[in-house]
Amino acid sequence: MANFESGLYYSESHEYVRVEGEFGYIGISDYAQHALGNVVYVDVPEVDDEVTAGEEFGAVESVKAASDLIAPVSGTVVEVNEALEDEPELLNKDAFANWIIKVQLSDKSELDNLMDVEAYKAHCAA
Amino acid sequence: MEKKTCLYDRHVALGALMSPFGGFIMPIQYSNITDEHNAVRQHCGVFDVSHMGEVCITGPDAERYVQHIFTNDVAGAHLGQIFYGMMCYPDGGTVDDLLVYKMGENDFFLVINAANIDKDVAWMQEHTEGFDINLDHQSDYYGQLAVQGPEAETVVEEVLGLPCKELKFYTAKTLDVAEGDEGETIIISRTGYTGEDGFEIYGSHEFTKQAWDRLIQSGRSKPCGLGCRDTLRFEVGLPLYGDELSADISPIMAGLSIFVKLDKAEFIGKEALAEQKANGVPRRLVGIELTDKAIPRHGYAVLTPEGEVVGEVTTGYHCLSVDKSVCMALVKTEHTKLGTPLQVQIRKKTFPGVVVKKKFYDKHYKK
Repeated sequence: MANFESGLYYSESHEYVRVEGEFGYIGISDYAQHALGNVVYVDVPEVDDEVTAGEEFGAVESVKAASDLIAPVSGTVVEVNEALEDEPELLNKDAFANWIIKVQLSDKSELDNLMDVEAYKAHCAA
Repeated sequence: MEKKTCLYDRHVALGALMSPFGGFIMPIQYSNITDEHNAVRQHCGVFDVSHMGEVCITGPDAERYVQHIFTNDVAGAHLGQIFYGMMCYPDGGTVDDLLVYKMGENDFFLVINAANIDKDVAWMQEHTEGFDINLDHQSDYYGQLAVQGPEAETVVEEVLGLPCKELKFYTAKTLDVAEGDEGETIIISRTGYTGEDGFEIYGSHEFTKQAWDRLIQSGRSKPCGLGCRDTLRFEVGLPLYGDELSADISPIMAGLSIFVKLDKAEFIGKEALAEQKANGVPRRLVGIELTDKAIPRHGYAVLTPEGEVVGEVTTGYHCLSVDKSVCMALVKTEHTKLGTPLQVQIRKKTFPGVVVKKKFYDKHYKK
C-alpha cells in the first residue's frame, strides 16, 4: 500500500511540494512510484531553469514507459537531486525523502491550487 | 472488447498488472519487469502466450501453398522442422512474421501474431485459389505456454513430465498426454522469443491450465508478463511486428533477408523483395547506442549530428542485461553504417549516439 505524507502539497498528476521558507522541494508521491514500477531514469531540468505550474519540467521513466513530470508550482530551479542520476531507484525506495528538484517559489499563492494529504488520498482512491 | 486467454483468472489471482495487447487483455507484469527479465536470463520463466494465433494447412497442395505465401523455403524439410519467415504483400511490405511447423507431409502448423490474426487468416483465405488445401483456423482451440531460460529443459522434463531433451533448436514433436477428458495430443517445440533456450507448448485450454498450475506451484518457473517478453526479445535483436516490421517495413529493410529465400521459384512479394535486395532500400533498421542514460522510445526522431531528421526509433529501452540505453531505429540508408554518429530527440533535448549492431545481448540458444 502507498504511503501518504502529511504537511505536503499534492497535485492531481501526483507530484508533491514540500515548502521550506521561500523554497519548494518537488518530487513524486509514493502512490506515483508504485504505479510506475521500477524507475530507471529521471530526466531533470538544470539549475537556473524556470519551471511553470501546470507545465512539464522533466520525466520519470520506468522500464516500459516515460511519464512527464508536471510542475505543481512555478519557480526557478536552485538545485537538482543529483543522486537520482546514478540511483534513479531511490524514488522507489523512498519517494518523499528523495525530492527531484528544489525551486525558489515565484508565487506562493499557487499552493492554494494544490491538495492537502486528505484531499490527495481521496483523489488517489477515486 | 478484449478477449481473455484461458489463464486470465490465474493472472488476476496472481495480482498481475493487466493491459490490452493485440486484442487480448494480457499480463504485463506480475512482480516487476526487471525481476522477471532476470529470471528468464538466469533461471526459468513461464509466459502465457495463448493470444498467439494458430492455423493448420493440410491437403495435397499444402506444401506448395505454404511456399506461395511464405518467404522462407520449406522444401525438403524433415518432419518437425520449424521455419521463421514472413508473409509479404506484392510490394514487399510485411503482412506478418510467423513460424511454420512441418508436422507431416502436407501438414503445416502456422503460428501468427495475436494482433494480426483476423488480417492474416483473411489474407491466407484470399490466396487459396488454385490450391487443393484445407485451412483450419485453430486459435480458439489452442492455449500456448512459453517456458524460457537456461533451466527450461529440466523444468519441462521434471515438472511437466514432457520429454524434450532430444528436441533440437527449431524442431517440434507431438506428445500424447493424459490431461483433458480422454487425453489429447499436444505440440512442443524448442523455440521462443527471449534469446534463451526454451520451449513453446501448444495444447487445449484444459491442458494449458493444468501445465501452468504445475509450473507455478513448483516454484521453479517464475510467471513472466509481456513487459519482460518485450525487453528480452529486444535485447537480442528480435523484431516485433508493429515496431520493426509492418505493411511499410519489408523484411529486407528490417535486415531479415536471410529469411527471404529469393532462389525459391515463386512467392507473394518475391519480385519487389528481389528488387529491394538488388538495388537497396531507402531506409534500414539499425541499432543505436546512446552515451547518456536517457531512454529512446518508439516514435522518437533520429537526427544527424547537424540536426537533420533521418529516421525514427522503433523500440528502445535502457537495456537490462547490459545497462545501456539502446534502440532499434529505421533510418535513411546513407546513415546506417556501423559507427555513424546520430542523435535521438528525447523530449526537448537531443542525445548523441552511434550506429551499432542491432543485437545488444548475445543469444544463448542450445542447438
